[in-house]
Amino acid sequence: MEWPALWLTLRLAGITALLLLLLGTPLAWWLARTRFRFKSVVEAVVALPLVLPPTVLGFYLLLVLAPSGAIGRLWQGLGGDPLVFSFSGLVIGSVIYSLPFAVQPLQAAFATLSRGCMEAAATLRAAPLDRFLSVAAPLARPGFLTAAVLGFAHTLGEFGVVLMIGGNIPGRTRVISIAVYDQVETLQYRDAHLLSAAVLTLSFVLLLAVYTLNRRHRHGT
Amino acid sequence: MARDGIHGRFDLARAAFALSAEFRAPGRGITAVFGPSGGGKTTLLRCIAGLERAAGAFALDDETWQDDAAGVFVAPHRRAIGYVFQEANLFPHLSVRGNIEYGWRRVPATARRVPLDQTIELLGLEGLLARYPERLSGGERQRVAIARALVTSPRLLLMDEPLSALDREAKAGLMPYLERLHETLAIPVLYVSHALDEVTRLADYLLVLREGKIQAHGPMADMLVNLQFSIAPADEAGAIVDAVVAGHEDRYELTALEFGGGRLTVAQRLYPLGRRVRLRIHARDVSIALSRAADTSILNILPARVAQIADAGPAQWLVRLETGDPQMPTALLSRITRRSGEALGLRPGLAVYAQIKSVALVG
Repeated sequence: MEWPALWLTLRLAGITALLLLLLGTPLAWWLARTRFRFKSVVEAVVALPLVLPPTVLGFYLLLVLAPSGAIGRLWQGLGGDPLVFSFSGLVIGSVIYSLPFAVQPLQAAFATLSRGCMEAAATLRAAPLDRFLSVAAPLARPGFLTAAVLGFAHTLGEFGVVLMIGGNIPGRTRVISIAVYDQVETLQYRDAHLLSAAVLTLSFVLLLAVYTLNRRHRHGT
Repeated sequence: MARDGIHGRFDLARAAFALSAEFRAPGRGITAVFGPSGGGKTTLLRCIAGLERAAGAFALDDETWQDDAAGVFVAPHRRAIGYVFQEANLFPHLSVRGNIEYGWRRVPATARRVPLDQTIELLGLEGLLARYPERLSGGERQRVAIARALVTSPRLLLMDEPLSALDREAKAGLMPYLERLHETLAIPVLYVSHALDEVTRLADYLLVLREGKIQAHGPMADMLVNLQFSIAPADEAGAIVDAVVAGHEDRYELTALEFGGGRLTVAQRLYPLGRRVRLRIHARDVSIALSRAADTSILNILPARVAQIADAGPAQWLVRLETGDPQMPTALLSRITRRSGEALGLRPGLAVYAQIKSVALVG
């Protein structure tokens, strides 16, 4: 069993999901409420990873993250290690790759929030951040859960982007999908089976958990 | 300069609608904002709460919440208001207790003047505290919404048609709670409604808002007997009289009520002596005589003076009568035919008797 690859993948997915919630929440909140003229442009950019071939996305990321690229140069100028073929680079790539999977459920949850409840909270002395934490967030809980799990699960399945910007360095960038590909290439079917079954089970359990919990939220109190 | 009561001025232009209202109201009791739907009543309330941003100014006594000239706009959550929305707007993820305590927790302990437990009791919510909003009836939801707003100890309570989403039975059930609030709490209330019966029952002061403008304002009792500006349709015209219970005549199951203009006898209500009640006397139930009829079945006959006469259609007059102390008269309305009026020679200043056929206790 490829324990380092499994551990690396889970770590990558976990950190990515966390960052997605942190970055996705304000972005989704803004998208759900703004009357900004070019809102559709922002929405289209956020949705791009849904349709772009991962290799295309990976190619552009490689260009900007490389030591000579815009972000790579800035990062290394601030004293960071090179981003390409590193775990940090993978995290950046994964966040962008999975962004729509976190932003879209959050945006949908925020858009259906009752305006009346938010206004009631305001007249009950709750300041804006307080209103978000005490009213909007609990009411949008299914959205947060879906965003976190989809962000996590989608990162588990990442392949093309990793291949382009991370390569196949054991313990650093060799994630499960790469490992399975590698094993099949070298005809290690038994190992590929094991790893694939593990990912399949994990993904299914995660999705099942989301759907069950969200169903309970709708029907319960 | 010390200022008393409610002062406001708002200007707001929307595609289909414009609000341009300047108003004053007393800083105590219930002021009804009355007018047809779509006249801007809700918008006015939202501007006062700061939920809507209109140009203008608003102050309650010495507290300014908005003054564009001075660049003042206090955020809604920093205004000491209670807002009861038309659709309760309870938090679905919190229990009744959680809803009621939401605002209460956010008010500093030293500023809490309305006690939590008494308010829960006043609105009859003791048995519902553990329930969630989706398991409450419409009337119960509104009671929770009122309690939730009250326990923030607001300096001004804004109520936006709190009864309009309720059926007749729930309305009748909630009304006594609203009346109790009126008696128990010293918080001024702005009460939006398009229902004349609610307004006559509850309000002390009236602002009439039509097409975004304040068309008339004044004490409720005066507004109802204003012949220049009638707020009621012709056959609903009538006066309200605030009276106290003065005695019971058990043998005939009658109750005597006293007010500035004299005494009225009504079907018995087992109210304690001294209790304040509000009476509604329709113009169609008041006739006029020049002398006190001795041989009549009508119980309530009061000496009065003709104050004003106006036409009410081609064949009828609406007559404003004044009873009691001429300095502080209590007004009644009477609807009679023009023919009777001319036959009696009615004119302002004439001393007459008002014969009152029926009196309704409304609160």
